Amino acid sequence: MSGTVAEKVIAIIAEQAVLDPSDVRMDSTLESLGIDSLGLVESIFAIEEAFDISVPFNANEPEKSGFDISSVGAIVAAAEGLIAAK
Amino acid sequence: MKRVAITGAGTVNPLGADVASTFAAMAEGRCAIGPLDVPDRDRLAVQIGAQVQGFCPEDHFDKTQLGLLDRFSQFALLAARQAVAQAGLDLAQLGPRTGVVTGTAGGGLITQDDSYRAVYEERKSRVHPFTVPRLMMNAAASHISMEFGLTGPVFSVATACASSNHAMGLAFQMVRSGAAPVMLAGGAEAMLVFGGIKAWEGLRVMSREACRPFSANRSGMVQGEGAAIFVFEDWDHAKARGAEILAEVTGFAMTSDASDIVVPSAEGARRAMAGALADAGLRPDQVDYINAHGTGTLANDRSECAAIAQVFGDHAGRLMVSSTKSMHGHLIGGTGAVELLACLMALRQGVVAPTVGWQEPDPDCPLDVVPNVARQAQVNVALSNAFAFGGLNAVLALRRA
Repeated sequence: MSGTVAEKVIAIIAEQAVLDPSDVRMDSTLESLGIDSLGLVESIFAIEEAFDISVPFNANEPEKSGFDISSVGAIVAAAEGLIAAK
Repeated sequence: MKRVAITGAGTVNPLGADVASTFAAMAEGRCAIGPLDVPDRDRLAVQIGAQVQGFCPEDHFDKTQLGLLDRFSQFALLAARQAVAQAGLDLAQLGPRTGVVTGTAGGGLITQDDSYRAVYEERKSRVHPFTVPRLMMNAAASHISMEFGLTGPVFSVATACASSNHAMGLAFQMVRSGAAPVMLAGGAEAMLVFGGIKAWEGLRVMSREACRPFSANRSGMVQGEGAAIFVFEDWDHAKARGAEILAEVTGFAMTSDASDIVVPSAEGARRAMAGALADAGLRPDQVDYINAHGTGTLANDRSECAAIAQVFGDHAGRLMVSSTKSMHGHLIGGTGAVELLACLMALRQGVVAPTVGWQEPDPDCPLDVVPNVARQAQVNVALSNAFAFGGLNAVLALRRA
């Protein structure tokens, strides 16, 4: 796959939100993009598949999961951290 | 006690993607069994089946829905849409009291098969996050309830090859008792996938060439896939709103053999048929047509024919008995629902679906099995048989409306 981590994450989130990638900003929240809890787990699955990483996310304790999903930018940063730690 | 009308029917099965095309295929005795198109077919000993052809899920569901729908749920939802559209009910008003009962034996077996393949064969470390909601047995019932806003009693029934008949029988009892004015009921199955077929091969009851129920040269059963869903409605409610009534469900009985996990008992089948007649207040000689379980296995055919002889006596030789599995295959948990369509066709259109592939009389099955060619006949009363592995028997009785 080509493109930066940010581009790939944005593409995944945009696909999930059925939006054009240009409509997904780094400061967008998943909620503002209309992504619900199922959409979130599907996005995380797609990120894991795209980068061959394991995302530590538990839907029961989202704030304690060590994977910040508060915004698109936070998700990109968290994914970059996991890729660097591989 | 309420009378129970069928006011809607829908289906996707190997013979057709709606009721009209299924009726047409049954009337012309078309067989939908052919070479299977599944991955790793060359590693299967059984390479035939009745698949739903030309089915494009993307034509019916958006991407978000598809992520959550196993093939069996897709079939069930499409069948339910047709049935609801035909019934013309105001579900916004009835939804809170309306329920759904679906039968399935394998649930999301294709989802399971794909997931096993991913983790075992492809050595992947994860499966799709919606694997569980896709594979669960109640997925079809739940998706139907969500699509139409049905918030009454919704559940699924798994009794192997009798699942659909148990589901429809329970729905019938609920409408009859007044527990719900309307119930959607039927069944769905989609297990034509490598693991599903492989499992069936093990029992050595599968044919490698054709399904020939009641024919002396039978060679076993052939699997199919698909769904049918019906709207069961309080008769007076249906009449009051001027709905077209397709048939009346008049009786249901279920029995258990309590003997062998796979070998059927004629006694269990006899008690189920006799029970359905008693429940409907019918004499045996009032029955014109039986849609047989008729799997095309030696064990089923002999035991079912013996049971019919015991229940009907002399009348057994006068009524018509056919197995439409010879055309659409054995839909396992969905089979009773698709077979109920043959009863509707007989009751409504006076056309009795044939047992195709029939070649040689079997002295153990001395019945009029409507061999190979459909027949015009007035049918006032029909039974639909389902006899499952596990010794679980479920028979419905229907009357012409």
